[in-house]
Amino acid sequence: MARTTRKSVFGTWVGFVIILVWCLLPVAWILSLSFKSQAETNSGSPRFLPKTWTVQNYRDILSNHDFLYALRNSFAIAIIATVLSVIFATLAAYAIARLEFRGKRLVLSLALAIAMFPVVSLISPLFDMWRAFHLFNTWPGLIIPYMTFTLPLAIWTLSAFFREIPWEMEQAAQVDGATPWQAFRKVIVPLAAPGVFTAAILTFFFAWNEFALAISLTSTTAARTVPAQMSFFVGSDPFNPPYGQLATASVIVTIPIVILVLLFQRKIVAGLTSGAVKG
Amino acid sequence: MSTTVATAGARRARPAATDRAVAENRLGLKLVAPAVVIMLVVTAWPMIQALYLSLFRYRLTTPDDRGFVGLDNYGTILSDSLFWKDTFNTIVIMLVSVVVELVIGFAFAMVMHRVIFARGFIRTAILIPYGIITVVSAFAWQFAFSLNNGFVDSWFSWLPGITSGADATNWFGHHWPAMFAIVVSEIWKTTPFMSLLLLAGLSQVSEDMIEAAQVDGATWWQRLWKVILPNMRAAIMVAVLFRALDAFRIFDNIYVMTRGAQDTESSSFLTYRQVIEQFQLGLGSALSVLLFLTVLLLAFIIVKIFRVDLARARGEA
Repeated sequence: MARTTRKSVFGTWVGFVIILVWCLLPVAWILSLSFKSQAETNSGSPRFLPKTWTVQNYRDILSNHDFLYALRNSFAIAIIATVLSVIFATLAAYAIARLEFRGKRLVLSLALAIAMFPVVSLISPLFDMWRAFHLFNTWPGLIIPYMTFTLPLAIWTLSAFFREIPWEMEQAAQVDGATPWQAFRKVIVPLAAPGVFTAAILTFFFAWNEFALAISLTSTTAARTVPAQMSFFVGSDPFNPPYGQLATASVIVTIPIVILVLLFQRKIVAGLTSGAVKG
Repeated sequence: MSTTVATAGARRARPAATDRAVAENRLGLKLVAPAVVIMLVVTAWPMIQALYLSLFRYRLTTPDDRGFVGLDNYGTILSDSLFWKDTFNTIVIMLVSVVVELVIGFAFAMVMHRVIFARGFIRTAILIPYGIITVVSAFAWQFAFSLNNGFVDSWFSWLPGITSGADATNWFGHHWPAMFAIVVSEIWKTTPFMSLLLLAGLSQVSEDMIEAAQVDGATWWQRLWKVILPNMRAAIMVAVLFRALDAFRIFDNIYVMTRGAQDTESSSFLTYRQVIEQFQLGLGSALSVLLFLTVLLLAFIIVKIFRVDLARARGEA
């Protein structure tokens, strides 16, 4: 801005604080709830902070086998789906960014269509098909659709990244005496790695978050992921759920997200916006 | 953008050996084939299956009673007031959340655009709702609005209509308050996505142009409406398209917060309930097909009305 008046600086400060409160208040709320005792929530506790702080909820959750199985399933399914999705998306994005071939626009349109696909409309056919193929309530039964629904985002992010890479450097390295493999490994891989990594984070977020398919295509702890498992925690009395334990489970599944955000916030923002807005 | 144009031009200018072009074409197709095959097999094929199943009377509890009924399932759905009520709910949730998010998201983008301190910190804060699991957001807000254990009633009891204490406001006891709670969770979770897209659009509006307008005596309001917003139209439209279609598919929040109680069901939730809870594969498949067609229609309307040029927005026209 041409003139940064005192008033606008003040406005920016106020906005800054509002954004922080908006984003972090609900997180602080579940964190606070996770330290409230069962007795306190049972008798009704509208206070924000606990009367007495306890770690009993964490002890209970971390010795709850169903939750630990769900955590294992969530990690395994999200990581496998991410790796597969990123491999296939890298191949496709390389072709889209670097090669001229017929049907390129068709591929991008298809990816766009899949990104807008209502996942819930797959529940009925997949429920039927997965039982026939013995994929119901298995890891692959969730990995396959997760991989599919993250491909569009991964393809966009990666093709946007790959377009920016100065590919001539590969040839330059070869002219300077590098073998094709060296040129690829020493020049192209370091340039492409941040993009691949960003696509992987966004893919992981999707798979970690997914809920509709996770509750529909699983039936036991063999494949049920954390979001699905949490919706079964509610217990016998729907009007009096185990607040503290659900909040504790919420905090635990949010930890990986917070770590990824803290480490890679710049990349995540770049990846999120590169696919959609590039003028 | 400029690099894209340059390389594309260079490629075309190269004396095109036909063999080379053919080989490039073949390699390109080979590289995209796995992704395309996966996307088609997991979406198009099940949709065809759903289309087929939707023509049958088929309930898992009575598998022997399966029979061809033509379009009867569609007739049953379209003449049922529940279907229309749920569609109405979904549209209300979509409209309210997209409009509110557009306003809040733009305000956030303006702040983030101008903040010169602690940029990493604010980016981290805004990415937390984006990354958090929707189910967690739903639980957090359900508990916040809870009758006995929520802070909303006691914090906002000064507002008319909200009471705390013995006769505290029961948000999940009536239709509109419950819808309000659902929409709050939806908005909280997805505003960061909106504001990041808008921020990217905002940073591409030339500062020179804004300054020129200011020199010419344009007020802050005029600069906003006549210079900034028209120049970030592509970014706004992309954000609206993505968020509107995403909001229309709302499921997680409703499942966790109300399970459809107080008539808060959405189209997605209705479809889920028919298949998984009622085992109505025939009827549920018809609902799946209708949900798919509605989203398709919605995407078409938004793209046509707002003339969203996605290829241009992505810089590859």
